Amino acid sequence: MTEPLILIEALSKRFQSGGGLFARPRAMMAVRDVSLSVGRGEVVGVVGESGCGKSTLARLVLRLIEPTAGTVRFDGTDLTGLPPAALRRMRRRMAMVFQDPYSSLDPRYTLTDVLSEPYRVQGEPLPTGRVAEMLGAVGLPEAMATSHPHQLSGGQRQRVGIARALALAPDFVVLDEPTASLDVSIQAQIIALLSDLRDRLGLTYLFISHDLGLVRYFCNRIVVMYLGAVVEVLPAATATPRHPYTQALIASGFVPDPAARRAIVPVAGEVPSPFNLPPGCAFAGRCPRATDQCRTTRPALSDEAHPVACFHPI
Amino acid sequence: MSAAAPIRALRRPSGGVAGLWLALVALAAVAAPLLTPYAYDVQALREAYQAPSAAHWLGTDEFGRDLLTRLIYGARTSLSVSATAIAISVACGMVLGAAAAWFGGWFDRAVTVVVDLTWSFPEILIALILVAIIGPGTTGTMIAISVAYLAQFTRLTRAQIMTLKGETFIEAARSLGAGNAHILLRHLLPNALAPVLVSAMLATGDAIILEATLGFFGLGAQPPTPSWGGMMSAGSALVFKAPWIIIFPGLTVAITVIAINLYGDALIAALDIRAKLRRAA
Repeated sequence: MTEPLILIEALSKRFQSGGGLFARPRAMMAVRDVSLSVGRGEVVGVVGESGCGKSTLARLVLRLIEPTAGTVRFDGTDLTGLPPAALRRMRRRMAMVFQDPYSSLDPRYTLTDVLSEPYRVQGEPLPTGRVAEMLGAVGLPEAMATSHPHQLSGGQRQRVGIARALALAPDFVVLDEPTASLDVSIQAQIIALLSDLRDRLGLTYLFISHDLGLVRYFCNRIVVMYLGAVVEVLPAATATPRHPYTQALIASGFVPDPAARRAIVPVAGEVPSPFNLPPGCAFAGRCPRATDQCRTTRPALSDEAHPVACFHPI
Repeated sequence: MSAAAPIRALRRPSGGVAGLWLALVALAAVAAPLLTPYAYDVQALREAYQAPSAAHWLGTDEFGRDLLTRLIYGARTSLSVSATAIAISVACGMVLGAAAAWFGGWFDRAVTVVVDLTWSFPEILIALILVAIIGPGTTGTMIAISVAYLAQFTRLTRAQIMTLKGETFIEAARSLGAGNAHILLRHLLPNALAPVLVSAMLATGDAIILEATLGFFGLGAQPPTPSWGGMMSAGSALVFKAPWIIIFPGLTVAITVIAINLYGDALIAALDIRAKLRRAA
């Protein structure tokens, strides 16, 4: 097997907060020992509730923040040790689409400014007609080139965000909840656009979301995170979950068919504070299958075709 | 679009009238020698204390000099000193504030402490102390005023950059490979500019009053160079004998400052429309 496009090994990020005059600084592991690979042309989803570290993971993968430990290899190159100039050149091969289309575009920029920024930053001349071409690729009229972001709807702005990410024809795009701040009807359009662009341009996606239903529809493989750690990797979108947390996530989803409606069994208990994690499995306190072993020892992600970090998988 | 905002501000009634007055004063200051048949510094004692007439529209002062002429030349001093002082203050304040917000750490803490300390003194006190050190005259006044307002612009720029730094479009620029210079010059400073310039506009009004106050104390432009504050100072002893000597410079200062404030308000309103649109979209 050829090397995957993205190879993440034992990646961790520790954040420190507080530490004022009288307060002792508190530390939390936003991402704990995450290993993950993304093959060329693959769409890998990362799901988890808010605060589980999935957005931090997205930023670590693109080295927008520095990891505390671990490495990220992009097409064989270790990004974590790359000097600034080389990293800048590498950035033309990877891009990110952000969650909030309202603050991800500079309010003073016209769409032409936004779409020519990647070229300016990389010190490359902007090919004539490229802006119109990019607008066309994401389904926006050419006449919008002189518009400012405030004249656009949320969905239109997100299309601009996608066009900007794809401007320099990257291989790899991180999608950080690209539809989370959009209306449901617009969400479907954006997902269709992303799917179409992937087929046409042969892109590789890392798709971050809290919506397991959306991820199951869109992704080849799904990584489930809970409190900074990977608890399960579903090898296929349709795979049956093995981790009790994943099962609870799926069970909490809404079913559009009223005939199939069923009672939602809420997950008992609270999410532990990330500043003060229990010694064992982070989910043990809420898990119906937890035993004493779960409360004292942290389970590692198993080395199977369907990896799961659980002593008592389903 | 912010480039059109100054013009949109003129379309509002108050902004239009204020803008017209400011244009008139600025034009008079620039074209002073062409507009005035008299010299501002030639004494004609036989014509002293004349009330407003057809020959001297605003009357004459205690040395027989035409008051309108001196008012127009005074506009040169007052406006150029205030505007230059604020321009220096804005330039230094933006560099200091942006650097503090950008670098953070001990530099930011040092700048913040100094700014907060300065902030706790009234501008007039700072200006008086500085003029006492530097010595009276236009240069001294100019430096004093620019230092007195430095804290305001440093603080404002710092706050702006701090807020903007957290915006996603900064992270987006980084993800494209943008370096610090690009982010600072193409994103942070242009976005911080509009509020800083509006506040500079309003501060110019305060600076005119401050310049007049220093002039009134005899610390501004030295005679025979006319300044509005200096003219009021001369007139203050003659309030009952020749009230026009103090009234007209006073009125000019008041109307000019009100005009600056009205135009500034119109400018804020014109810029706010964009903010509202942005929020609504």
